Amino acid sequence: MKKITLHIFLIIAGLLTLAPFIWMVSASLMNDGHASVYPPRFFPDEVTFIQFERLFSRLSVSRNLLNSLIVSFLVTFISLIFNSMAGYAFAKYRFAGRDKLFSLLLSSMIIPAQVTMLPLFLMLKSFGFINTYLAIIIPGMANIFGIFLIKQYAMSIPDSIIESARMDGASDFQIYWKIILPLCTPILVTLAIFTFMGTWNDFLWPLIALTDSSMYTLPVALANLMGEHTKDPELMMAGSVITIIPIIIVFLALQKYYIKGIMMGSVKE
Amino acid sequence: MQNKTISAYFFLAPALMAIFVFFFIPVIAAFIISFTDFDIYSLSNYGNARFVGFDNYLRLFYDPLFWTALQNTFYFVIVSAPLSIMVSLTAAIMLNSKLVKFKSLFRLNFFIPVITTLIAVAIVWRFIYHPKFGFLNYALELVGIESIDWLGDPNFSMPAIIIMSVWKNFGYNMIIFIAGLQNIPEYLYEAAEIEGATGFQKFKFITIPMLAPTTLFVGIITMIGYFQLFAEPYIMTQGGPLNSTLSIVQYMYQEGFRWWNMGYSAAIAFVLFAVIMIGTVIQMKIQKMRMFN
Repeated sequence: MKKITLHIFLIIAGLLTLAPFIWMVSASLMNDGHASVYPPRFFPDEVTFIQFERLFSRLSVSRNLLNSLIVSFLVTFISLIFNSMAGYAFAKYRFAGRDKLFSLLLSSMIIPAQVTMLPLFLMLKSFGFINTYLAIIIPGMANIFGIFLIKQYAMSIPDSIIESARMDGASDFQIYWKIILPLCTPILVTLAIFTFMGTWNDFLWPLIALTDSSMYTLPVALANLMGEHTKDPELMMAGSVITIIPIIIVFLALQKYYIKGIMMGSVKE
Repeated sequence: MQNKTISAYFFLAPALMAIFVFFFIPVIAAFIISFTDFDIYSLSNYGNARFVGFDNYLRLFYDPLFWTALQNTFYFVIVSAPLSIMVSLTAAIMLNSKLVKFKSLFRLNFFIPVITTLIAVAIVWRFIYHPKFGFLNYALELVGIESIDWLGDPNFSMPAIIIMSVWKNFGYNMIIFIAGLQNIPEYLYEAAEIEGATGFQKFKFITIPMLAPTTLFVGIITMIGYFQLFAEPYIMTQGGPLNSTLSIVQYMYQEGFRWWNMGYSAAIAFVLFAVIMIGTVIQMKIQKMRMFN
C-alpha cells in the first residue's frame, strides 16, 4: 500500500516537473494565436512547423545556433586542455607553494563572477574583442572548479605508472599526453559536459559582451526576441525548443558522467 | 610524486595565467573602480575617472532603489533556498527508499529542469503565469481559486519567481542528497529499529545529523547561486512591477552596462560579494556550533 502511494506521488510529481516542457514542445507546433486561448490548449489541433520555419528563415536563428555551438565547443576544448594540465601538475608534482596556491584558488571560488565583469569588459574592449567569439572564449579558458575536479581524479593515478614511463624515457609532456589524459578520460568527459552546458546556458556575460544580434548566442537571441514577441507564445516556444534540444541530447547521452561529476564536486577532501 | 619544478610550472602556466589575467586582475580592478567616479565619459578616456573615496558606497547607503534590490534579493534567497533544499531532500529520501522501482528514471525526470537553459524555461514560465491564458491560473480556477496576475502584481511577482526557481533547481541538490544518503551506514537504521524507533525518530536522530556536512555544502552553494539572481526577473518581469523583483545583480547590470556608471556598479558588485561571504561564514559558524552541542 505504502509502495503504491509512493509511486503514485512520484509519478504525479514527475509529470508536474515535465509539464512545462511538454507544453513548450506542443505550443511550438501550434499556429499563431493558438496558445493564447481560454481555456488553454495543452495539445495543438493541428501540427505545424511554421514557427520553426519563421525562426530559421526570417529571424536567422541558425546564425545564433551556430554561434552557440562554436563558442561552446571552443571553450570546452581549450578549458579541457588548460584545466587538465594544471590539475595534473597540482596532483602529481611537488613544487614550492603548491598547497598554498591551490587553497588560494579554492577560496577564491567564493568570489561571484559578476565582480569581474566590469573590468573584464573594459579590458576586452581595449583589445577590440567585444562582440567577437573571443569575448566569450577568453574568460572561459580555465576555471578553478575544473582544475579541482581533475586534480582530485588524477591523485588516484598510481605514481608507479608515471615513474615507469619516465624510466622508459618518456618526456614530461609525453607522460601527460599519452598516459595521464587517457587515464583521466571519465573525468574529462564529466568536465566537458559541465563546461559545454555552462557555456551554452550562460546568459549575463554574453548579454554584456556580445552587442550585435548576429553575434548573439541562443539565450541572448531568445531574450532579445522575447522583447519583440511578448504576444507570440508559439514562436517563443519554438525558440526555446531549439535552445534546449542540443543540451538535452548531450545530457541524455552522457548523463552518467554528469551526475558523477556533481557527486564528486560535493565530496570534500 | 615528482620533483621537477620547471615542468610543473609549464603545466600550470596556461591555466594560472588565464585565471590571473582574466579573473584576479579584474577583481582587483573592480575594487579600485568602486572608489572612482568611472562613468560614460571615462569610457573613452580612462583619465576622466577620479578617485572619490567611499562616495559610491555612501551613495548606495542612501539609495532607496539599492535597498529595494537588496531587500528583494534577500527575500528571494531566504524563501527560495530553504524551500528548494527541503524539496530536494524530500525527493532524495523518496528516491532512496527501497520500495521505489525505476529509480534512475525518476531521478532523470526530476533532473531535466536543472540542465535546461534558464532563459528558455523562464520564457516558458512567463506564459504559464499568463493572467488570462496561462495554465497555472486555469488549474487554480478548476479548484475554485480566483485567477492571479502572477507577474503583474507586486505581491505575487516574487513568489512566482521563487516557485519557478525551486522547480528549476531542486534536482541538483537532490542528486547531492542522494549521494549523502547512500553514505549513511545501514546498520544505524537497523540498530534504531531494534530499539523500536519510529520513522520520524530515525529521520531526526540519524538522517539529519548524518547528512549535516552535505546540508552545509548544499546550503552554501544554493545560497551563493541564489544571491546572483538575474535571468529570471530579466525575462519574466524586468525587475517590475514597481521594482518588486529588482535584484542586486540586475541593479548592478543596469547601472554598469546600461547607464555606464561603472564606479557605482562596481560598488554594488562588492556589496554582493560581501553579502555572499558573510552568508557563507554564518552558515559555517552555525554548523560548527551544532557540532559542539
